[in-house]
Amino acid sequence: MKIHEADARALFTKFGLPVPPSRLVLNPEDARKAAEEIGCPVVVKAQVLVGGRGKAGGVKLASTPEEAAAKAKAILGMDLKGIRVEKVLVARAVDIAKEFYVGMVIDRRSRKPLMMVSPAGGIDIEEVARTAPEKILKVVVDPAWGILPFQMRRMTASLSGDKETAKKIGPILAALYRAFMAVDASLAEINPLVVTPAGEVWAIDAKINIDDSSLYRQKEVAALRDESSEDRGEVEAREAGLSFVKLDGSIGCVVNGAGLAMATMDMIKHFGGQPANFLDIGGSSSPDKVLTAMRIILRDTNVKSILINIFGGITRCDDVATGLLEAKKQLGGDVPLVVRLIGTNEDRAREILRGTALIAAATMEEGVTKAIAAAKR
Amino acid sequence: MSILVDEKSRVIVQGITGRDGAFHASQMIAYGTKVVGGVTPGKGGQKTDGGVPIFDTMADAVAETGADTSVIYVPAAFATDAICEAADAGIKLVVCITEGVPVLDMVRVLPYLRERGARLVGPNCPGVISPGKCKVGIMPGQIHMRGPVGVVSRSGTLTYEIDYHLTKNGFGQSTCLGIGGDPIVGTNILDALELFAKDEETECVVLIGEIGGSDEEEAAAMIAKGYPKKVAAFIAGQTAPPGKRMGHAGAIVSGGSGTAAEKIAAFKAVGVDVAAIPGEIVDLVARLLPSKGAPKRKSKGAPKRASKSAARPAAKGKKGTR
Repeated sequence: MKIHEADARALFTKFGLPVPPSRLVLNPEDARKAAEEIGCPVVVKAQVLVGGRGKAGGVKLASTPEEAAAKAKAILGMDLKGIRVEKVLVARAVDIAKEFYVGMVIDRRSRKPLMMVSPAGGIDIEEVARTAPEKILKVVVDPAWGILPFQMRRMTASLSGDKETAKKIGPILAALYRAFMAVDASLAEINPLVVTPAGEVWAIDAKINIDDSSLYRQKEVAALRDESSEDRGEVEAREAGLSFVKLDGSIGCVVNGAGLAMATMDMIKHFGGQPANFLDIGGSSSPDKVLTAMRIILRDTNVKSILINIFGGITRCDDVATGLLEAKKQLGGDVPLVVRLIGTNEDRAREILRGTALIAAATMEEGVTKAIAAAKR
Repeated sequence: MSILVDEKSRVIVQGITGRDGAFHASQMIAYGTKVVGGVTPGKGGQKTDGGVPIFDTMADAVAETGADTSVIYVPAAFATDAICEAADAGIKLVVCITEGVPVLDMVRVLPYLRERGARLVGPNCPGVISPGKCKVGIMPGQIHMRGPVGVVSRSGTLTYEIDYHLTKNGFGQSTCLGIGGDPIVGTNILDALELFAKDEETECVVLIGEIGGSDEEEAAAMIAKGYPKKVAAFIAGQTAPPGKRMGHAGAIVSGGSGTAAEKIAAFKAVGVDVAAIPGEIVDLVARLLPSKGAPKRKSKGAPKRASKSAARPAAKGKKGTR
């Protein structure tokens, strides 16, 4: 789960990280007031859950409150990578002498938290990883210990030879680690961590992603979810216990199981079609879930046919087939539905579907090719 | 031989009185798995409808039954504790079916289990089946058949799809291991390959991967250094968009890495064939095991519900050298 920069900054502040003061505002007048309160110069930053806001024109400096209002006016309502800017953050700007990158993830290879620091801050870290990976120091942190002093010395030394600066960075790294572990983050990033000409250290950007599986025990953080930036179908799917990702093809698919769902999308492409979505209804084959799934998919007018691919195993396929016919009746419409059911009583299921509005398929390949053909009609 | 579970495995079902636990416990028993007990705190002393004794704690269960394996059908909020309780009670193989276990919990659980000499499979997995011997999990038994192919997979129903094709074409399985779809799992692809390397019954390994992480790339590197069994692969997610979690918590292309294309390339570079679609795995396995595989049989529809006799290996036809 992503959270807005404003919320990430608040969390960092809570854990003692040095974050410049800021206000979240919804209109230019409040931006002007905020700039007055905070003291100029300020930076006005679009609050949208996408990367590259700066490059897209969503981050602007302002040297007076009036200018802050003007910049806010320009940024609010902007379309940034498909999302409308509804809020901006007005934050005190600081002079930048040096920019570092500091971040933490859970490293899948070592199966431990991993801290990454680089003196090449203020730019896309993935670019640095590609072109100058030697500039990124990675330190595996053992949760039994936290960051050990020798690891801290390595990291601060790699960022700055200046003793005074190093003394300030250490506690920041420690606080980042504590924050990361406390909120079940999957990613926590400060890019850039800035050193001013006067030697102050500030975190002037903040990004935190939260492990979706931890939301049940992170109630406060879970409440920070901003659904307005998510695809409506994805929100609805999540609430119904489904996984949905919208793509831009014309063949919808409903599958039980994420791996099988990905393989279904891939097979559609393999046979010359374009998948319209990824949709996993989970381990069940319940017609209710399939109905919800189809409703979500059918909102997309690009969809010209839907393939329902269910590996039933011990689930009785004839029951599923009957349920699907019922669902189709409720759903109405004339988008062709191709159904591939495999498992107990699959022959009987195909009998039940014969001559109905649903097109039956015996294999996954047959289902995919029939769905592609049906979309062309 | 098979890996991890066989006819000697003695299994405790954690969460046996819950809906999933009760259902799958009876399915496992029907398959022939030796389910020797179940644990639901507060229900100790009772028996399931099938006559399986229920215990309050794993310690009680293991003391009474001598169990060495457990399978967990417990909600995510309690699964981590269940895993630790099992290991602490002396269970050597813990299979966690549950989806939604926090990643940080997994970071802490793995060393805890290692200290106790326990192995975790999962979480968020369908379990492990050694056809004809033992099923610890939720996979449909009847699509499996005993034979020389070891299967390791990050997926659930996609594994069934491929196992179904293999069985239908006479390529039985030594063990099918679902390692789960989470970013951090107890037994990863490399671990599985190591286990299959030492298993006499396994002649060929089918590896079913997907986007996210670098397990497959590391497996390819391991195979390049010299691996004693033949390997064929399928990788799901070629059409997955970057940055999106595709159902599984671990199925995400992040920072441009973990793509299906990279994984496929890594395998091809070390001589491992990669199927373009799931059914093609059968052709790849047929090439790797030219003397195996039955001629097309006449059976109609899905195989009957498994009993021990149905799960005996199908007639192998031409044997050649084993």
